[in-house]
Amino acid sequence: MDLAASELQTLRDKMLSFARLQLSDDALAEDVVQEALAGALKNADAFARAASLQTWVFAILKNKIADALRNRYRQPELESFDDECKECGSGDDQFNNKGHWQSHSSPQRWDAPERLIHDQHFWRVFDTCLEGLPAEQARVFMMREFIELSSDEICESLALSTSNLHVLLYRARLKLRQCLEGNWFNRGTSA
Amino acid sequence: MNCEQATRLMSEAQERPLNLKEKTELKFHTVMCSGCRRFGEQMTLLRRFSRASGQKDKSDSD
Repeated sequence: MDLAASELQTLRDKMLSFARLQLSDDALAEDVVQEALAGALKNADAFARAASLQTWVFAILKNKIADALRNRYRQPELESFDDECKECGSGDDQFNNKGHWQSHSSPQRWDAPERLIHDQHFWRVFDTCLEGLPAEQARVFMMREFIELSSDEICESLALSTSNLHVLLYRARLKLRQCLEGNWFNRGTSA
Repeated sequence: MNCEQATRLMSEAQERPLNLKEKTELKFHTVMCSGCRRFGEQMTLLRRFSRASGQKDKSDSD
């Protein structure tokens, strides 16, 4: 395949920042990116049929990250998950004591969401919001939505019950939604 | 059903199919509650954003 060195470097940088965000481990991120690139080059024939190089290597990278995450959690070092979850079921400050939206947190309209996919400023806000989540919520959210593991797979690799996983994902989505709205969609309109 | 329960169900709907009772109650709630209606739409968007994020800095266009 024809690929300029500078293009490869740019691609590699993007892959690295993606992998770092998922794994929170620079050395491991380097490893999976290296493996993904090697895999992509080895299967250059298959790439010739793929729509774009970036789509192709990211598909491989996601698989590598999924493997790395599965391996990491196979050693059960995170026994704190279950404890955390008792608290994450408690009320959220976005709702009042009757379970209705607080007036300041009721979801507002998001304008023109379709354009955002290519807006780097938006992604910076998105990443910052993600990083602002409690670690265990961010982790399950990324496993579910970025790496696209199934709920069952996540429960199994983290030794989480289904209901715990659902609560963690719910909390993550609630916070992420609020953060995006405050820092992007409604920025400047509220304090 | 209050907003907290409704939003929780909408999040769960991303993980499992809701049953008829859940769907019906949710529908009743969202018809009257614009906040939760938007929340539901935004759950779909969150998933779409996340899945697109690997390709967010588009360098090669088709």
